[in-house]
Amino acid sequence: MHSFGYRANALLTFSLTILALMCAMASLSDNLNSPSPTASVKVLNINRFQKKSSGDDEVGITLDISANLQSLFTWNTKQVFVFLAAEYSTPKNILNQVSLWDGIIPEKEGAQFSIKTKNKYRFIDQGSNLRGRDFNLTLHWHVMPKTGKMFADKLVLPGFRLPESYR
Amino acid sequence: MDVYMALFPCDSTLEDLTKRLHSLAAGFHELMQMKLVLYRIDANKMDWQGQKVAEQLMQIMLVVFAIAAFITGYVLGSFQLMLYVYAGGVVLTTLITIPNWPFFNRHPLKWLDPSEAEKHPKPQVVMGSVSKKKPAKK
Repeated sequence: MHSFGYRANALLTFSLTILALMCAMASLSDNLNSPSPTASVKVLNINRFQKKSSGDDEVGITLDISANLQSLFTWNTKQVFVFLAAEYSTPKNILNQVSLWDGIIPEKEGAQFSIKTKNKYRFIDQGSNLRGRDFNLTLHWHVMPKTGKMFADKLVLPGFRLPESYR
Repeated sequence: MDVYMALFPCDSTLEDLTKRLHSLAAGFHELMQMKLVLYRIDANKMDWQGQKVAEQLMQIMLVVFAIAAFITGYVLGSFQLMLYVYAGGVVLTTLITIPNWPFFNRHPLKWLDPSEAEKHPKPQVVMGSVSKKKPAKK
């Protein structure tokens, strides 16, 4: 600790090490949070249900999504990324997941929402298996932290069914 | 070995060799004097006791501010506030421990005054012992 530069270097490295430890502790504190999110989705309309020239089925759908994800937010949360996926099984694939809509929630206030929207991304099957198909609409979320570990979870909403014939 | 042979060539007289050795010794002596002068300059800024206090103070202050910042941020639910409190603590610690404040120099070391050193000259190199060493090394 003899000279000015020596002390300045020691202070800089020690303060940055402590900062790293503080960020690690902030991330660990996220585990103390026990969230209780709720969500519900209604299919308002099947706008389009056709077989494309490539042989794959495509669905155009209007959804009413309402959710309350406020309990996911902690002091260490930067944003929550949420997306809605249609999940179903076919003879070819045990699990198909098609993302229909997503959004970024930067603040706790915006985490309670209710929107009516057409599917943001196209709902296209690998093949022609969607007629009369039962599917779940699963709401996934990723809680992105300011520092540390990201938590991801989902809520499964079952009981949806596509029409028996094309429209 | 080569350096030694260059410094003490075989065909020199005993007087030449002792003169060379004396000039070498004088050179080292000058170097040591220079080092002493440099230490004396730094000795006026912060003494050993002050350095220890500065180091301890730096570590304790940073840890205390880190704990205070974390608790404040966690309780008030603001990550940004935690960073502001900690940054303020780092700046305060820098201002207190890095400059050479006078309270770090309360136990200065007493160096010997140059005028005092001249009154007590260093002992002379004994010529006989030098010439005894040389043949053994060869």
